[in-house]
Amino acid sequence: MSELTVNHLLGIKYLQPEDIQLIFETADHFKEVINRPIKKVPSLRDITIANIFFENSTRTKLSFELAQKRLSADVISFSAAQSSVKKGETLIDTVNNILAMKVDMVVMRHANPGAAYFLSKNVKASIINAGDGAHEHPTQALLDSYSIRERLGEVGGKKVVIVGDILHSRVALSNIFALQMQGAEVKVCGPKTLIPKHIESLGVSVEPNLRKALEWCDVANMLRVQNERMDVNYFPSTREYAQQYGVDKALLDSLSKEIVIMHPGPINRGVEITSDVADSKQSVILEQVENGVAIRMAVIYLLASKIK
Amino acid sequence: MSQKVLLTSKEVNIILHRLACQLIEKHLDFTDTIIIGLQPRGSFLAKRIVKLLQEEYNINTIQFGLLDITFFRDDFRRGEKPLEANKTEIDFIVEDKKVIFIDDVLYTGRSIRSALTAIQSFGRPSEIELLVLIDRRFSRHLPIQPDYRGRQVDAINNEKVKVCWTENEGEDTVYLVTTNTQTPENV
Repeated sequence: MSELTVNHLLGIKYLQPEDIQLIFETADHFKEVINRPIKKVPSLRDITIANIFFENSTRTKLSFELAQKRLSADVISFSAAQSSVKKGETLIDTVNNILAMKVDMVVMRHANPGAAYFLSKNVKASIINAGDGAHEHPTQALLDSYSIRERLGEVGGKKVVIVGDILHSRVALSNIFALQMQGAEVKVCGPKTLIPKHIESLGVSVEPNLRKALEWCDVANMLRVQNERMDVNYFPSTREYAQQYGVDKALLDSLSKEIVIMHPGPINRGVEITSDVADSKQSVILEQVENGVAIRMAVIYLLASKIK
Repeated sequence: MSQKVLLTSKEVNIILHRLACQLIEKHLDFTDTIIIGLQPRGSFLAKRIVKLLQEEYNINTIQFGLLDITFFRDDFRRGEKPLEANKTEIDFIVEDKKVIFIDDVLYTGRSIRSALTAIQSFGRPSEIELLVLIDRRFSRHLPIQPDYRGRQVDAINNEKVKVCWTENEGEDTVYLVTTNTQTPENV
């Protein structure tokens, strides 16, 4: 297969396993490109991409921008805080105004779940979802799986536990879809208040005990507690959360096998993982960041090849 | 569709030896020379020539790499079929080196144009030469000519040149294939 089955990347659940395979194979080539002395290819020199971020982002936005520039695309970036959205403009009007400037592709982050899907139905451009509320964050899940594949050889058959704030996490949902699609087994672990009801219906089991979860898994994906999305207190204190669900070096060393530690960032050092864990050789956190650029180059390249 | 043999296995073998000798004549011991096979089809010819230079002519200092030009092509989004990338294997810098590009068929010259851009990602070579097994005359889109050629062929647009290698297709033979549609493969 040499072409994606989709014209937009709205979420992992819209992809086929072959799409993920193609994205990974293409990312392998781009990873080689970004390690060259000159890290740029001219493929997308006639493509213009708008990055529209209605929510704060540092690494995702930088990673997308870098990926686009490495592919030689023209890039315009836009943050809602400095825009006419504040003046009451609707999403479709905002995006259509940007598209009137002959933009071919839109990368969007939005606080509302389904915003990217909505956009794909209403505007003429290829849409990449860079996070829509607590729904999906497909490129993050792809780069997480790609990093597992790189470290452990393959994703199929591996046991992955996602630890922390599952309730507010788009990373968790996209990861569950992506990992299961590739044949991995997934558990979630965290305070009961931060585990969504009926999560078992996704084929995921819940393990409330962190030590048991870590003993079971090959990979632990440690999520950040998303205080900005919490309207009430979901646990008594950060200190108690860190004691119950934080991973430190002593816990890691006491396990019967060596597991891989992942974190989508930004890390709250000392809360979900301690500094010595984040900087240990078991951690792939910085590889995730590097792979993020290669994965996003692959996604943008493959979607752009379908723009006629 | 019909096909006729352009080069037999014996002829391919003689040509490979001649090309290897021509390279030695110009590059002697290959100290400042790098051989780059262009992916995908040029890699077979490049590996053959490197093997000949090493085994028959005892030149063991050859730096050899494979270059994929997919992301540098000028027909992205313009063809019917999506482009498929191959692996680039160049783990050295080409700065101030003499680079020899090796490809199986030179047709429009567009692949070579892409390769000339792509190689710059690895430094600024002091010079670049081109070696091809088959040079299709009168079909160039760009002012590009080979420095070393195996055989020059006059072929029209609905004919394509198919180069087969023992390691891939089971025989060393070059065919001229006549098709009814104008879809040249070796662009």
